[in-house]
Amino acid sequence: MTNNQFMFLLFSVVIVVFSLLTVTSRRILRAATFLLFVLVSTSGLYFLLRFNFLAAIQLTLYAGGIVVLIIFSILLTSHINEKLSIPPVTKRIYAAIAAVAGAVLCILTILQTEFVQKTFDPSRVDIHTIGEGMLSTGKYGYALPFEVISVLLLAAMIGSIILAKKRKD
Amino acid sequence: MFEGVPIHWFLVLSTVMFFIGIYGFLVRKNLITMLMSIELILNSVCINFVAFNKILYPGHLEGMYFTLFIIAVAAAEASVAIAIIINIYRRIVNIDVENMNEMKY
Repeated sequence: MTNNQFMFLLFSVVIVVFSLLTVTSRRILRAATFLLFVLVSTSGLYFLLRFNFLAAIQLTLYAGGIVVLIIFSILLTSHINEKLSIPPVTKRIYAAIAAVAGAVLCILTILQTEFVQKTFDPSRVDIHTIGEGMLSTGKYGYALPFEVISVLLLAAMIGSIILAKKRKD
Repeated sequence: MFEGVPIHWFLVLSTVMFFIGIYGFLVRKNLITMLMSIELILNSVCINFVAFNKILYPGHLEGMYFTLFIIAVAAAEASVAIAIIINIYRRIVNIDVENMNEMKY
């Protein structure tokens, strides 16, 4: 077993176990912490694939930003010792059947598909390349989506401020 | 092939994570835990994009850009969703989905 296989298996075990704990834990703050572990090991996978910039974005934005936002809202809306109620058995069984059936179908399809896999390119992506691709308008350029995303972020910021502020009446 | 790791391993991992997120979204009642399940789903899709990009198309960067955009959209979605959740908490004191059956007061 090579180093990369070992690291991949380690990260995937962490991801699967803590994803399961995220959706089944009865204490909501613990669920958020398990989600943090899942996101950090996902960024480990990105480091394994040599996407260093993307892994850093994942760590700062997902693990640093979104999880902190979720934890803040948990602390604002629920008591720290409160336990979530256990969902009814029939609901859990139906949801598990749906999830397992979908997963089995997708995994069977994936395993039967032949992909043309290239030899691995160990070079890291240069930050200059990323920036130029992000702002170029030519082929493989992403200037328009970049601008749309920035407008979307501005709209989301204004919208969440207006939604969360206190009403006068 | 990524030094002994075929792309199928990545795809199976992200499929498992995606359907764990689906299970959580169907089972949970609390709005914040449902939001966490959605984050799991988005994250599994990101793993798919990155693996396809690096293993099948090593010279390109499309999967990376899509992942960056997904992360940005997820951040926007989380902030708006949390503003809505806090607003709901202010009106009706708990945040279970079953109590939300009116759109306007």
